[in-house]
Amino acid sequence: MNTRALPLYVTIAIFVLAWVICAIQFPAMFSTRVIGNLLTDNAYLGIVAVGMTLVILSGGIDLSVGSVIAFSGVFIAVMLRDMGLHPLVVFAMLLMISTAFGAGMGFLIDRLAMPAFIVTLAGMFLARGAAYLLSIESVPIQHPFFQTLQGAYWLMPGRGRLTLIGVLMLLVFVLGMIVAHKTRFGTSVYALGGGEATARLMGVRQGRTTVLVYAFSGAMAGLSGIVFAIYTGSGYSLATVGTELTAIAAVVIGGTLLTGGAGYMFGTLIGVLTMGLIQTYIVFDGTLSSWWTKIVIGILLLSFILLQKLLLKLSQARLAGGHA
Amino acid sequence: MLLSIRSLSKSFPGTRALDGVHFDLRAGEVHALLGENGAGKSTLIKCLTGAYARDEGTIKLDGVPINPQSTVEAQELGIGTVYQEVNLLPNLTVAQNLLFGREPRRLGLIHARAMRSEARAMLRRYGLDIDVDRDLGSYSVAIQQIVAIARAVALSGKVLILDEPTASLDAREVEMVFDVVRGLRDDGLGIIFVSHFLDQVFDLTDSVTVLRNGRHITTEETAALDRVRLIEHMLGRALEDAVSHHAPAIRGARPDMLHFTGMGRRGMIEPFDLTVGKGEVVGLAGLLGSGRTETAELLFGIRSAHTGEARDMAGRIDITSPRAAIAAGFGFAPEDRKTDGIVADLTIRENIILGLQARRGWTRPIPRAEQNRLADDYIRRLDIRTSGREKRIGELSGGNQQKVVLARWLAMNPRFLILDEPTRGIDVGAHAEILRLIHELVEAGMSLLVISSEIDELIAVSDRVIVLRDRRHVAELGGAEISGETIMRAIADTGERRI
Repeated sequence: MNTRALPLYVTIAIFVLAWVICAIQFPAMFSTRVIGNLLTDNAYLGIVAVGMTLVILSGGIDLSVGSVIAFSGVFIAVMLRDMGLHPLVVFAMLLMISTAFGAGMGFLIDRLAMPAFIVTLAGMFLARGAAYLLSIESVPIQHPFFQTLQGAYWLMPGRGRLTLIGVLMLLVFVLGMIVAHKTRFGTSVYALGGGEATARLMGVRQGRTTVLVYAFSGAMAGLSGIVFAIYTGSGYSLATVGTELTAIAAVVIGGTLLTGGAGYMFGTLIGVLTMGLIQTYIVFDGTLSSWWTKIVIGILLLSFILLQKLLLKLSQARLAGGHA
Repeated sequence: MLLSIRSLSKSFPGTRALDGVHFDLRAGEVHALLGENGAGKSTLIKCLTGAYARDEGTIKLDGVPINPQSTVEAQELGIGTVYQEVNLLPNLTVAQNLLFGREPRRLGLIHARAMRSEARAMLRRYGLDIDVDRDLGSYSVAIQQIVAIARAVALSGKVLILDEPTASLDAREVEMVFDVVRGLRDDGLGIIFVSHFLDQVFDLTDSVTVLRNGRHITTEETAALDRVRLIEHMLGRALEDAVSHHAPAIRGARPDMLHFTGMGRRGMIEPFDLTVGKGEVVGLAGLLGSGRTETAELLFGIRSAHTGEARDMAGRIDITSPRAAIAAGFGFAPEDRKTDGIVADLTIRENIILGLQARRGWTRPIPRAEQNRLADDYIRRLDIRTSGREKRIGELSGGNQQKVVLARWLAMNPRFLILDEPTRGIDVGAHAEILRLIHELVEAGMSLLVISSEIDELIAVSDRVIVLRDRRHVAELGGAEISGETIMRAIADTGERRI
């Protein structure tokens, strides 16, 4: 077994354990209704976390995604209100903008050899500012097509609703897994995260890979914005503040190394669902303040960072042992 | 001729790194490329692999002139390189590393099963049967090197350049890698082997080319080559002290200065006693992992001892941290110069005054004039070759960096200095100078603890040699007892013998 896969197993174990505890206390949590809601409520977070996973695997970070989601919502709402375009056209426009935005940041990170933190921080302010520019108020979306999207679901046994956006998130995760684990591009991303100089020596096209990684993250942020607009039925420039950090937390809880080069897309899905589960538990309990979600996530995050440190130590010790 | 280099020249501002160098490589030979630091070995290799563009000259591969612009292009032409630091990615699996960029695909996606079997087949050629789905980083450095060789050969397949591939391997691992290299030679590859280890050169290579100051000096069959003559070629002068291993003069009894009694730390080193007299050199011999560096770390307070104490004539001394050890007049020049010894981005002057300034405290800066005087003084005394004291230390050669590290400690005038592998990665000329310096320090009354893998070096400098095995001090040899044979026997005693 690879020690590197251990965080993934730990994540899965924690998730299963958490669910068992929940289910013992509130048997209703085991229903398909809760599962359906879990997927629906976390769809936008899951989608953006797929992009974030790839970015973090490459050794980078993308702080702009929360703002891009907010911009997307406002953009969609304003376009539908003022232009009278069909939502699908607006979606296509938006995805092009957000992908280009990500690609632009990737280009700057590569060409200027600037830290991703700074470039995407600038991107974060830019996208948020652009959202304010479009509208400072919450803009409701009233388009019949939108209502169709919001109402689309499949009824699961046990009357749980598997919504369109929930399914979309699962599909995006499948896409993410294929990109990360089954393509040469994905291997290049891992290679960059493992060591830039070595990756270049091995023939990784660093510029192209970096641009594609951030473009992918931008596209996912745009898609997440669409999903969020469907979920909330409005566009609001103050929405999803700090979502980039929640996404990073989900990625790390999912067992991906924050410094890049190691991790699994599937772990991020579990990370997102674990965070959703905590929230659901607090809703079920009813007496706990919602702030407990943050505290539990904080504790989980800390323990995962400690776990990764420990694993690193262990594997080094094993190597040294094999050497003597 | 597989590879033929004619009149190759390359200049950098201020230096002519290569001056009309000729080099020929036959298919099916291992050809050593030797020279002191600055002889032009690495420049030659970089011209060959496309990392540098040459100024003049031709490179022909299989009779066809080539002009690679990048390492990737050189690979495609047939020239693969394996460097000292493993140049693969530890976070990818063995299979991913082997087949990076050439992964077998089905419907545009990587075909995992085909990849696994292809990777296995590649390694089987080298007698390696390992789980190719595990991360490369979970294997030993030797296996990583073999994987790197396998990848380079698969990509290139004509010329393989091995640039100090054995520097971080122990003896058994070196043999493992050499077996692979011999196999490739028999398969008809041309192999260029760069190494500081002359034993390995004689062990492995068929012919030897020596460069000096950017010029081609000689090319000879290894079998017909005499070791002393080879070193003469490399140094360009007849040898005097460089390799003469005179037994140390027995300088009579000296007042004991430092007593370490029962020093030990669980899991690191068994408790040991050590006494170092004033003006005495104690050598530590042993295999990699025998506890030499651990001993040094304990004595310098880098790791605190679980048991034991240190005393001098005045009483007990505190060495629970490097800071305390420095206050007690200790110094330590660590083995890994690059990460533990120098601050690469600081200048020579700043590196020299670092320790002195730290002891004074940052609130009392050493006046600039005083700093300059100190730096110039040591650059002259230790013969540090540099264009000036304000040069970044990272730009110096290994031997000169080591001299700066020594200068830093000398500036603090320690009574007890620990040198861990003081000559590692240093060329023959600087090597001799470092040994000369050690003698001078001892004459001045400083006590030294020298750790070295090179037994000849220990014999040359030590008054006493302590032999370690399996994290335990197993023997102490003094005076006339010190010889290559006695040390080897003490190391070998029960364990396996070092090849």
